[in-house]
Amino acid sequence: MVDLNYLKLSKPQKLLYNAGRFFKSIPGRIAGGIKGLAMSVVRLIKGLALSIVDLFTTFRDGDWKTRLSYLVMGSGSFARGQWGRGLLFFLFQTVFNLYMVNFGIAYLGKLSTLGVVETYKEGRKTVYGDNSFLILLYGVLTLFFVIAFIYTWRVNIKQNKIAQQIVQSGRKLKSTKDDLQSLVDSQFHKTLLALPTLGVFVFTILPIFFMILVAFTNFDYNHQPPSKLFTWVGFENFKTLLSSGSASYGDTFRQVLFWTLVWAFFATFLNYFLGMFVAIMINKKGIRLKKMWRTILVMTIAIPQFVSLLYVSKMFAQDGLINTYLMKWGWIAQPIPFWTNPGWARFTIILINIWIGIPYLMLIATGILMNIPADLYESARIDGANAMQMYGKITLPYMLFVTGPYLLTSFTGNINNFNVIFLLSQGKPMGLAGNAGHTDLLITWLYRMTVSDTNYKIAAVIGIMVFVVLAVINLVVYNLIPSVKNEEDFQ
Amino acid sequence: MAEKKIPEVDIIVDEKAGVIKEVKPQQKLRSKKGHERRINGTIYTVLTIMSIVWLVPFVFLVLQSFRSYQLEKGGMVDYLLPKTFSLDNYAFLFEGSNFFSWMGRALLIAAGCALVTALLVHAAGKWLDKRDGNGKAAGIAVIACCLAIGYALMVALSCALHQYALNDCLVKALILLAVFALVGYIVARIYLKQDSKLLRSIPGYVAEDKHEGAKKFGAMALEFGAAFVILQMVLTPMVESQYLKWYGNTLTIALFTAVIQTAIVLSVSYSLSRLRFKGRKLIMNTVLVLGLFPGFLTMITLYFLLKQLGLTQAGSVPGLILIYCASSGMGYYISKGFFDTIPKSLDESARIDGATRFQVFLKIIMPLAKPIVIYTVLMAFMAPWGDYVFASYVAFGHQDGYNVAVGLYNWVNTNDYQNYFTRFCAGGVLVAVPITALFLALQKYYVEGVTGGAVKG
Repeated sequence: MVDLNYLKLSKPQKLLYNAGRFFKSIPGRIAGGIKGLAMSVVRLIKGLALSIVDLFTTFRDGDWKTRLSYLVMGSGSFARGQWGRGLLFFLFQTVFNLYMVNFGIAYLGKLSTLGVVETYKEGRKTVYGDNSFLILLYGVLTLFFVIAFIYTWRVNIKQNKIAQQIVQSGRKLKSTKDDLQSLVDSQFHKTLLALPTLGVFVFTILPIFFMILVAFTNFDYNHQPPSKLFTWVGFENFKTLLSSGSASYGDTFRQVLFWTLVWAFFATFLNYFLGMFVAIMINKKGIRLKKMWRTILVMTIAIPQFVSLLYVSKMFAQDGLINTYLMKWGWIAQPIPFWTNPGWARFTIILINIWIGIPYLMLIATGILMNIPADLYESARIDGANAMQMYGKITLPYMLFVTGPYLLTSFTGNINNFNVIFLLSQGKPMGLAGNAGHTDLLITWLYRMTVSDTNYKIAAVIGIMVFVVLAVINLVVYNLIPSVKNEEDFQ
Repeated sequence: MAEKKIPEVDIIVDEKAGVIKEVKPQQKLRSKKGHERRINGTIYTVLTIMSIVWLVPFVFLVLQSFRSYQLEKGGMVDYLLPKTFSLDNYAFLFEGSNFFSWMGRALLIAAGCALVTALLVHAAGKWLDKRDGNGKAAGIAVIACCLAIGYALMVALSCALHQYALNDCLVKALILLAVFALVGYIVARIYLKQDSKLLRSIPGYVAEDKHEGAKKFGAMALEFGAAFVILQMVLTPMVESQYLKWYGNTLTIALFTAVIQTAIVLSVSYSLSRLRFKGRKLIMNTVLVLGLFPGFLTMITLYFLLKQLGLTQAGSVPGLILIYCASSGMGYYISKGFFDTIPKSLDESARIDGATRFQVFLKIIMPLAKPIVIYTVLMAFMAPWGDYVFASYVAFGHQDGYNVAVGLYNWVNTNDYQNYFTRFCAGGVLVAVPITALFLALQKYYVEGVTGGAVKG
């Protein structure tokens, strides 16, 4: 369609046109993605092949120091007087060898079966067999370790090659002191990032990888190590969770997913618009005591949620203050089932979440509103726009543009918003298959699966599902939002 | 200039009729004012109603915490105001502990010792000022001597007053002294390099102006006092009630988390914002993807890892610190956004002057980053107070390893909650008051961090 024709369209038509264009572009985008993926795979293989060739040529051209490093890591560096690097390489290899001989190889070997020797009782004594949990965890760890070792080995050889070239060209090598000095200067990022990366690896990446693998096993209350084994089951758990039919896991999953999305939608957008509204009210010229209003609202952020939300949840309870007072005043005859009726419970949660969420958005909106150039409003007023028009044409577009990425993170955060649900209703009222409640989000369901049901396999699948949902939403929205900025832009 | 007032006239051009209409200004202005007033009135009404809604639960919470669980019911009742105001619930929280007598003694000792130390330092400062601060080493030695005397005095007094085994006390005191000396040495080294006038600035508590001098002296005494109170907490144990134990656990976790997490977040965000290196994009993308996994997915693995380290149940305090800090590098967005706004030319000019990247980080960026540092500390400090999930899972039923959130949650959500409700309220008030005060005091920095983070996404 030509630009001019597009301009002639009415608003809904424009929207339709844009949506149509987006959906039309999906196959192209998918094809592009696949192409990109294929390209990167090709690049990866090429890189691997090149580095293998490089290994051979380095060996051919290398002196004895370099060649020895193929076998004993760091020996080349030692021989060239770079004892700091040599020591590190050598230590790493020693630790790796010791680990592999003592544990690694045994665990790697069992990884394909997750153990076959069952624990049994011999009279009174329990004879422990394989522990599937340990096999899986240490197996994964060993895999990572092997990859790290290969990478380090490669780096070790590369460094030898470079060092050899430097020596041959007659320049001086970096001494250990230089290396140490570079850690606070040109290599400063290594110093800063070493510890955080290690922490994230051990406490996030390794566990996540482990749980992803658990999703493909039958690890649950009937298969608890160390007394019982668990083993690989392929996609069985995914089938269970996505199965159709009423009162099944699949049915519960769909209901919980639906409520999670509804909740995240309301929690994000209701708070967003109401918070913006409150901010506009407080910031209006001529309103006094701005700071006081803000401080009062901010109280809900300041007070730890487990105090405020637990108390409020008790206020709304069957025998809580609200029901008893309403009954005392004769407004209702029966207590309102705030937490026992699914519909009421959902409504109450969204309502209370406004109480928690508005102040946060009010603060953000205040900051942004102050950044809107005042002359925009001035000229609008001269043109005779009223308050509503100014809001619709200036404030809202500006806010949406600036906070687009924030809305996305906020939506993501609300899908994983554990505290509000857990402290208010604990997912109750119960009543769905798979021990889920009507106000359960995916994450609270996952929590119950892990803590009280010890149904780890399904919990792992739910976790993966949450990831998939979030990834899809993020990808789609990132492609739609115009304000995904290049990060170098505002430097 | 113009003596004659030009009458204000609003003109409306009616194009179709080709007429220019004149509107009397007075009338319109008045109606505009009235309109404005009506709008403001509505806004005030809405804001007042909102304020009431926002505050009412907290007022209720405080009111109910004063309802005695012995004289009246400790659970849910159908009235709001307690019939008699009593402190029974608060007394229950402290039952069996010697908190108040301990605290009284600690404060007394700390105040006395702080005063003595401050006087010593003051005198030393005067003396050094006369000598015009040439001998740096001598100056440090003199001031260190004053501090050591104060410290020794405090150790001796607290041993005597608390009737605490001297041997035990001395060992702890020596360890503490070593730690503090080390930290003090490092800090002094850093500052001395930066500003050779430091020595002058410690005795600088001695000011020309008398009023100013008194103020500085007071500040110094307060600082010493606070340090001494903290030292005593480690030195002499207090008999704790269950609630105080939980409170102490949470406070310890929060303090350590605040320090470690801030260090981690700042180093990650700084290197991702200012330094360019291979793998930077990879790290950022990995964190992005990892962030899409729900946090509790990995709970059993974390529990197992902690168990291997012996940090569950009884060791839940260090265990929780480890969990909160280990992955905190992933929350770098907001402070990275802040660092991005500091002009790069600052780094570059310092680099040209021969500063290493470490020096740039410490001496140029950090002083500028004060707001974001405070924001990070505040967030890291507040988070452990509200965490229920990991805290309960790591403590795993071991009551001494609970934090306040877990303990109070269990009070409310057991079968016995009918009896423990008012005690929960009291416990909640004692948690909420200091945290809220801290938050409101540092509100400015919170707002800065939050808005900055939202705008830059």
